[in-house]
Amino acid sequence: MNASTNVVGRAGLGAAEPLAPRSRRRISPSLIAGVAILGVVLVAVIVGPMISPYDPTEPVLTETFAGPSMRHPLGTDNFGRDILTRILYGGRVDLMIAFLATSVTVVVGGILGAIAGFYGKWWDTIIMRIVDIAIAFPFLVLVIAIVAMLGPSQNNIFVAIWLVGWIAYARIVRGEILVVKRLEYVEAARVVGLTDRAIILRHIAPNVITPVVVFAMADMVLNILVAASLSFLGLGTQPPNPEWGLMIAEGRDFFLRSWQLTTIPGLAILVVGTGFSLLGDGLADLLRPAR
Amino acid sequence: MSRFVLRRLIQMVPVVFGLTAVIFFMIHLVPGDPAAIMLGTRATPENVAQLRRNLGLDEPLLVQYMIFLRNLATGSLGDSIFYREPVLGLILDHLPTTLMLATSTIILAVIITVPLATLAALKRDRLADQLVRAFLLVGLAMPSFWVGINLLLLLTVRFRIFPPGGIGEGFFDQLRHLFLPALTVALSISAVLVRNLRSSLIDTLTADHVRTARAKGLSSRAVFIWHVLRNSAMSTVTILGLNLGYLMGGTVIIEQVFALPGLGQLLLTSIFGRDYPVVQGITLVYAVLVILVNLITDLVYAALDPRVSLD
Repeated sequence: MNASTNVVGRAGLGAAEPLAPRSRRRISPSLIAGVAILGVVLVAVIVGPMISPYDPTEPVLTETFAGPSMRHPLGTDNFGRDILTRILYGGRVDLMIAFLATSVTVVVGGILGAIAGFYGKWWDTIIMRIVDIAIAFPFLVLVIAIVAMLGPSQNNIFVAIWLVGWIAYARIVRGEILVVKRLEYVEAARVVGLTDRAIILRHIAPNVITPVVVFAMADMVLNILVAASLSFLGLGTQPPNPEWGLMIAEGRDFFLRSWQLTTIPGLAILVVGTGFSLLGDGLADLLRPAR
Repeated sequence: MSRFVLRRLIQMVPVVFGLTAVIFFMIHLVPGDPAAIMLGTRATPENVAQLRRNLGLDEPLLVQYMIFLRNLATGSLGDSIFYREPVLGLILDHLPTTLMLATSTIILAVIITVPLATLAALKRDRLADQLVRAFLLVGLAMPSFWVGINLLLLLTVRFRIFPPGGIGEGFFDQLRHLFLPALTVALSISAVLVRNLRSSLIDTLTADHVRTARAKGLSSRAVFIWHVLRNSAMSTVTILGLNLGYLMGGTVIIEQVFALPGLGQLLLTSIFGRDYPVVQGITLVYAVLVILVNLITDLVYAALDPRVSLD
């Protein structure tokens, strides 16, 4: 594997581009749409469970497979549980996994990539060899194998993503730093006698942050899909707890009787994922110079 | 050329060693005693002790790793706890289904990607392009298993067009069984592929040699096929190679949805059966497959593109 290949296998990113001057930054429709979608979803999953009169896990066997009604806007499932309530609780789980998994890998990968790129030499060799090895594994297969060893559970999804997910960020940050490091103003900062820390934080980080943020949005989508996939396979969130992937798995046996059971959680993933994609595109437009 | 091959092979050595280390240490992620967990609650202490010996878990860590490497060198991935037979044999039984699924997926992905990307690039910023880009946006966020379930329920359960899962008998029957699963995985990776090919085509369309070809008076169809598509095909091959890991991950889930008896299904049954040697073996095989295909992609690329230096 060639460590310098800039395509991460999940998404490609260009070389370091300077931040756009303030006057040329533009708020694109993608940004507005992304913020709007995610804002609505966030408020719904935070407030929704507080005001819902239903329990997400307690079976109500007198009300199984109810169609949409005033009492149950999206109907009920095979255990008579309110689907809307379960979707909202499940959204908390998926969004939390996406957020915690992504933010930890951004920080860890970012720091390791910065060390590799800035200090070079054997730091670079060690970190990039680990990266080369980890990249040889299919991401999902490695995550599945790690969860398999740790034991299926929601928390082990975090651990597995943490162990594998930092790699993409290490590669991006290292690549950007190798470019930025040679720019004149960084040389100048060094000549003036600034410490490494100050140079990294004040002069390099602002340049590196754009591709990282844009990639992180794509990664959010990926991590939601990973969490949903693992729960779908029975390796993540365990019943009776609600999680979107798990709800799809549970609903598929009842499709002919009630199509909402699989369709609604799938649409929920789709909406949130599209929201993050739009936000990522919008941020890219906002932070990169218009061309 | 042979020097290039040799150099790439030598570069692979540390990666392969690293892979074996990762696979080996995986079993040490198991909380507690792997032997006791594998045998479950009904096992006697003697059974557990014997399995520990068989797995070599009593030895010091470094000795264990050496034994693991020695076994690997002789082609042994250990024995399955559940099936009581060599892991390698089990894997070879399940490998053909996964390889056929992967191959069909790649073919379908190309069939989906090339026309969509071409359409989007030629009609840039017009309605067709906007529609393709909307498809990409939604396609990236779509869980493949959900798409698979919907296709299965719609085309198999409702309309009975396709067979209901499994792999079938004979080559053509197998192809019929593989169509829906391959289509599902192909749809999920073509979002990435179309996005890349579209921007690559747009870059090539404005390149100098294309303008020259047009100025020479070639028809726009000839220019597109001989000068634009051929150039962009190279980058698509690379991107396909780089996304192979993603594709293989997708097959694990889709095999489960369509009940295909491939490596992914063996992986999952082994996980739930706590058959750790099989889990280790399969993970290694997936990684080796990805490395090999990437190597082949590199070699094909180098052979096709005169600009790639072989030395």
